[in-house]
Amino acid sequence: MFEFCTDPASLEGLSWLACYLTTGKHMAFYASFGTVLLLLAVILPTSLLFGFAGASAARSRFWPLSILGKTYSAIVRGVPDIAFFLFFVIALDQAFEYVRHRALCPDWSEPVRQGNDFVVCTAAKLPLSTSPAWMHDAYAFFLAVLTFAIVYGAFAAQVLYGAMRAVPRAQIETAEAYGMSHAQAFWRILVPQMWIYALPGLGNLWMIMVKATPLLFLLGIQDIVYWARDLGGTKQARFTDYPHGDWRMYYFGALLVFYLTLTWVSEKVLDRLTRRLSHGQATAAGEAMRRAGA
Amino acid sequence: MSCLQTIADYGLRSIGIGERLLPRSDFTLCQQFTLIGSGMIWNIYFGVMALAAGFFLATVLALGKGSRHRIARKPAEWFIFIFRGSPLFIQFFFAYFTFLSLKGVSPVFDPFTAAWLGALIVLFFNTSAYTGEIFHGALKSIPKGDLEAADAYGLSGWARFRRITFPTMLRLAWPAYTNEAIFLFHATTLVFFSGFPAWQQRGDALYYAKFFADKTFNPFVPYPILAFYFILLTLAVIALYGFANRYLNRHLPQEARRRLRIRLNLIR
Amino acid sequence: MNKLILTAASLALVASTAMAQDVVRMGTEGAYPPWNYLDDDGNIAGFERDLGDELCARAELTCEWVVNDWDSIIPNLVSGNYDTIIAGMSITPERAEVIAFTQEYTPPDPSAYIALTDDVDLAGGVVAAQTGTIQAAFVADQGWTLVEFATPEETISAVRSGEADAVLADKSYLEPIAAEDDGLVLLAREEQIGGGVGMGLRQSDDELRETFDAVIGEMKCDGSLNALIEKWDVASTFGDC
Repeated sequence: MFEFCTDPASLEGLSWLACYLTTGKHMAFYASFGTVLLLLAVILPTSLLFGFAGASAARSRFWPLSILGKTYSAIVRGVPDIAFFLFFVIALDQAFEYVRHRALCPDWSEPVRQGNDFVVCTAAKLPLSTSPAWMHDAYAFFLAVLTFAIVYGAFAAQVLYGAMRAVPRAQIETAEAYGMSHAQAFWRILVPQMWIYALPGLGNLWMIMVKATPLLFLLGIQDIVYWARDLGGTKQARFTDYPHGDWRMYYFGALLVFYLTLTWVSEKVLDRLTRRLSHGQATAAGEAMRRAGA
Repeated sequence: MSCLQTIADYGLRSIGIGERLLPRSDFTLCQQFTLIGSGMIWNIYFGVMALAAGFFLATVLALGKGSRHRIARKPAEWFIFIFRGSPLFIQFFFAYFTFLSLKGVSPVFDPFTAAWLGALIVLFFNTSAYTGEIFHGALKSIPKGDLEAADAYGLSGWARFRRITFPTMLRLAWPAYTNEAIFLFHATTLVFFSGFPAWQQRGDALYYAKFFADKTFNPFVPYPILAFYFILLTLAVIALYGFANRYLNRHLPQEARRRLRIRLNLIR
Repeated sequence: MNKLILTAASLALVASTAMAQDVVRMGTEGAYPPWNYLDDDGNIAGFERDLGDELCARAELTCEWVVNDWDSIIPNLVSGNYDTIIAGMSITPERAEVIAFTQEYTPPDPSAYIALTDDVDLAGGVVAAQTGTIQAAFVADQGWTLVEFATPEETISAVRSGEADAVLADKSYLEPIAAEDDGLVLLAREEQIGGGVGMGLRQSDDELRETFDAVIGEMKCDGSLNALIEKWDVASTFGDC
């Protein structure tokens, strides 16, 4: 990074530290904070989508769909997230490749399962083995997002399901009195109103997701915990220009600060959001705001 | 070897009773079910103990956070913020490190580096913070009328807390508290996964699930078994808490009770 | 002379299969110096990086390196996420049931103990090992008190803090640690567990296994493999072939 870093062994104090903290590995460590934040930003809407689908299914008048929605939410919530993370990525990957295999290589004669091996035709591989490295990274990222979304979508489904039921029945009845169809009442009345009831639950879900990110390394993402472990571990002079003892304390300390800050900011944002969403709603808070404004 | 024999050998393996050596080849489904089930003993132990102890600390924290006095409020606020704001994963790391250093100070701290005590303390603090926040929220939403009624009856201080404030708080907090209990049981799987060392291959359900995934190189059998056990455990927790919920709300009219039940919402 | 022609012929064969194979993805752990680790720039380095690059060059394959967690390194191979495991993996009968191995590229090396003093009572004390390793199974078999940690790093700090009396691990991993830390010593006692280290491949991938097998054999004979082993000090060297 800096010019004086060519011979780290001769450095001391601050200049040593400056060089140490700007090694390529540290850069990867700093970048991984961005990866985690980006993942969180992508995971939130994706899990909401899964949750919305789950909740709508659970509310469905068509009973198989309703059972499906309820089972999804109940089963996934009953299992520790870590248990899913330990085998879901491989399962999803195999599922995708199997589907592509059936679609792309209809003439393939060999079985997909050969003993312990899972073998699909070259064209069905995801990503293709000729793809550049960034495609592999992007695919791993995609699988991680999907796994998170499936797991936390089940929680979101429960929150949204509760929120849909919490919207006062009179609101729907009024809509029907105006001649709206079932679907119209759902999209125009129920969905816009349910968010204020869902917000406390979704806020908590967000906090849970934030605190589940240390498990990302199980999903094949080189996340902040992965790098903190690697960088903090004892380094011998034979393998690095910057030998040091067990520094995991400092690295995990940095992670602690990161998570506390993230929580603090999230709490502030959620507070503001609650106030915004309460505006014009048929709740006590909304009523109070209306009175204050009048 | 019959399955009953396997259960006799490994059913209590996680607490050190039965076969000393773990199976090493020809892993049967029965072995996997038995050993992972045996590991559940630890998950239940951690969950039950932490919840039982955490209940009291949580009440203290909730009262502290709602207190008008800074000296009581600030420590409670910080305690809740730190334990709710950081991943359990990192809490385990720091706790183990701290206990290890304390060990050098005095032999009194010797048992703290073992999971049965050290990890339990972390889980206890963790659940206290989460539950404290839930109780605090419930305290704030106690209907004003209830407290005014208490005043009118001449109740004050301890009597008012014991007979009005505390039961109402519990009643309001119960659905969210049920969720917290479920989450805590799930969190117990992290103990041996990242936090504390396993002695003599005695670990929790995830430890044994990982053991089998490691030996058979097939993650698709042991982890679903683990999931199966946890679904059972979750159902048991929901049933027990539902039972307590009915007890707490027994004075309410039928209609109001039903409404409370469906409001079970995710709050953690 | 005869032998030379044979080698050249096999090389030509290798080259033709390489065309069909396009990119070979090499899976490693990246956390086990001196075998494989991440250097200051975050690139994979170590004995196996050098070896793998050399093998690919000789076999005229285009290779790409992938870092994967140790726990899921075999499931990910059989699932096809990369094509080889080159991560200091000992050839054991259990693993050989699930994946195929090339011939070994380092001879079996003993496991060693590291401790604070050299007069540790192993049977009466506490021996630490990484969870799920052959060393952990060995300590359990002996009936000693075993304590398992998630990472090798933690086993060493357990000895430093007095939580455990000794660590049992691969000698090549412990040697540099003992060399740099005056407080820690290697015990004279060593255990012969585990076989040599080989490259892992899918059992259905015979062609690729034969390719690598051939180049490893070639490197063994011309002495370049021994030179690499000595450079990184990972194991004892091979005798003449």
